[in-house]
Amino acid sequence: MELQLQYYLLLAAALFCIGIYGLITSRNAIRVLMSIELLLNAVNLNLMAFSNYLDEAAKGQVFSVFVITIAAAEAAVGLAIVLAIYRNRDTIDMERFNLLKW
Amino acid sequence: MNLAEGVQFVSFGILAATTIAAALGVVLLENIVYSAFLLGGVFISIAGMYLLLNADFVAAAQVLVYVGAINVLILFAIMLVNKTEVFQPMKNAWFRKGATALVCVGLFALLATMVRSTSWAVLDSVAPIESTAIRLGEHFFSDFLLPFELASVLLLISMIGAIVLARREFVPEETDAQREVVFRLPERPREPVGAIGESSSASENS
Repeated sequence: MELQLQYYLLLAAALFCIGIYGLITSRNAIRVLMSIELLLNAVNLNLMAFSNYLDEAAKGQVFSVFVITIAAAEAAVGLAIVLAIYRNRDTIDMERFNLLKW
Repeated sequence: MNLAEGVQFVSFGILAATTIAAALGVVLLENIVYSAFLLGGVFISIAGMYLLLNADFVAAAQVLVYVGAINVLILFAIMLVNKTEVFQPMKNAWFRKGATALVCVGLFALLATMVRSTSWAVLDSVAPIESTAIRLGEHFFSDFLLPFELASVLLLISMIGAIVLARREFVPEETDAQREVVFRLPERPREPVGAIGESSSASENS
């Protein structure tokens, strides 16, 4: 009974599915961004598990560091966009962000 | 099972349970401030997972960047968008949620069967890397040099973009009358010093 690769992959899959559920169903724009962070963390967990069990060169850790970097940039720009939309429309309801719908 | 494996297994179980519970809380709770703090819990438990996977540097980076930067940024955004908004109910909201939940459970079942049925070519002897920071530095400055530099440029671009997007463009014009009103402090009208002395001495005498 040893820790196996499959456990980590199953946990990452569960986290990814929870993130997708939150991404689609939540109406608060900030909660959508939090769900995206959950998705990125699930992918990171996958990369780290593969790096530990299948690779000796630790390239998966390099990839996950890049993913963390991109996630920081994405969070900053996404929250700035949410703030700008909130100033324009005075709401954070995703259902009312329909400027591009015709 | 010796002691080390048992400790690893128990800590994996605790971390997995915490991660899943906190992630469900992030998605399902009504109050968004609770969601933000639970998101920090998810990040910390995933950092613990990284420690179990022999990656100390990335665990530290996870705590620093995710918990220290992104989570605080999200909390700041929640405070700036400080609006308790009652969302208008939609038609067929239950249908949307049900269909999404069905799709997510189906996706999880698909991934789980894939994970279980694939025979992974796991290395026989998992030798942990001695110093992951040194190994990562070698990778960054030899074969991942271009992505590393591109990531730094991307961070600069996103910082400038965030400032430009979030800056308030509209500066309200102020007239002279407003400026006078603004710069006057709300305080009592001053009395001359001599008058105060006279009045106080008068009150003492009487």
